[in-house]
Amino acid sequence: MSKNAIIAGLVVFVAAALFPFWFNIGGTNAAPEAELSAKAKAAKKCVLDKYDMRANHMTILNDWRTSVVRNSDRMYKSTNGKTFGMSLSTGEDSCLGCHTDKAKFCDKCHNYASVNPYCWECHTDPKEVTNEK
Amino acid sequence: MNQKYMLPLAGVFLLFLLAYAGVEGAGLEWFFGIVIPYLAVIAFIWGFVTRVIGWANSAVPFRIPTTCGQQKSLPWIKQNRIDNPDTALGVFIRMLFEIFLFRSLFRNTKAAFNTDENNKLTYSWEIFLWLGALAFHYGFLVVILRHLRFFLEPVPAFLTFLEYVDGIVQIGLPGVFISGIVLLGAALFLLARRIFDAKVSYISLAADYFPLFLIIGIAATGIAMRYFTKVDITGVKEFTMGLVTFNPVIPPGVGGLFYAHVFMVSVLFAYFPMSKLMHAGGIFLSPTRNMANNTRAKRHINPWNYAVDIHTYEQYEDHFREKMIEAGLPVDKEA
Repeated sequence: MSKNAIIAGLVVFVAAALFPFWFNIGGTNAAPEAELSAKAKAAKKCVLDKYDMRANHMTILNDWRTSVVRNSDRMYKSTNGKTFGMSLSTGEDSCLGCHTDKAKFCDKCHNYASVNPYCWECHTDPKEVTNEK
Repeated sequence: MNQKYMLPLAGVFLLFLLAYAGVEGAGLEWFFGIVIPYLAVIAFIWGFVTRVIGWANSAVPFRIPTTCGQQKSLPWIKQNRIDNPDTALGVFIRMLFEIFLFRSLFRNTKAAFNTDENNKLTYSWEIFLWLGALAFHYGFLVVILRHLRFFLEPVPAFLTFLEYVDGIVQIGLPGVFISGIVLLGAALFLLARRIFDAKVSYISLAADYFPLFLIIGIAATGIAMRYFTKVDITGVKEFTMGLVTFNPVIPPGVGGLFYAHVFMVSVLFAYFPMSKLMHAGGIFLSPTRNMANNTRAKRHINPWNYAVDIHTYEQYEDHFREKMIEAGLPVDKEA
């Protein structure tokens, strides 16, 4: 094999292996901060603690869906003593009832981590619906 | 049970525990999360390039392509242009088939004695190694590409699309990625083959088991984090983005399992260039695969050939002519 072909191959290999480094030149390590609405700030306590919530909220939503759809049990009593309506978007004590701005709360991290939850294939952000009308 | 696989297994457990305990017990996040990954990247690239340059500098004394078909011959004999290529294009196409479809493995056969009274040796087509290898490599490729979402900001559209396709079954939450399951399943199959197939087991060494255990460990910790123990994904991306922008940060609330995963991946990368995993680069430099079978058309000169001092008959006769005449021996040229 010719030396030139090998060198060209190695250049391609190194460029590909270092792709994340040169792709992000000028980028930052700053993660987006989910913005808490005034209501959420006032409430202070969510279903779980901050980091627990960040890691586990999808499991909770999944369990809630089962609970509501299969067992019609719609109230959730948290370990911190508060009760919540098991709903993503309906009611004052639902997720979006407190975290009122989907774009500033949900989407920020989801977009950052390239997570595309299928919640919104059925649910709507009540705000979006009102805005469209 | 033998030490050929017990040692690597214990080694991978130790690596896992080292990182897990180092982070959970001693708070060495910066070491396992920042120092080790950077060293691993350097070792991987430097080692890979050095290995390939070493091969590039090796002489290829003979033109010895392996062939599986009729070579170029008389015009009325049909040549197999891909399996016995005589042009660079043919070599390129054969290489594509080899790299993307593992074509030579597809022809894998196994030898066994018939169980009836003939006890005849028979060869049969053995496709499972090919299937397992293909599943393993493509599963791993998709997993690695998917992980780019942690290293790129903004995340390019092709990754979002890849994730969509990979997660298309929509089972559970977070949704199952098919590639992760395929990777772990195929790695376990390749391991089982080495352990339970007596003939393969006999030729398997610690260096064959270690990468398998390591990859199984990586896949298992990754799957555990995504589906079972859960981890703060935004924090993880903050961490990985810190690494690739040379501005490392240790995010709060990310635990030992994540660092154990990162540590094992780093070990895999650092180990890559000094192990059999270098077949990734070696496939391109295999003299039996990257040369055209055109020995009957072109002369291939051995680069090891050096000038040999020869003594022709004429020189011999010049040297001994008088003595030869004296002894009555015939000579070509009279003095």
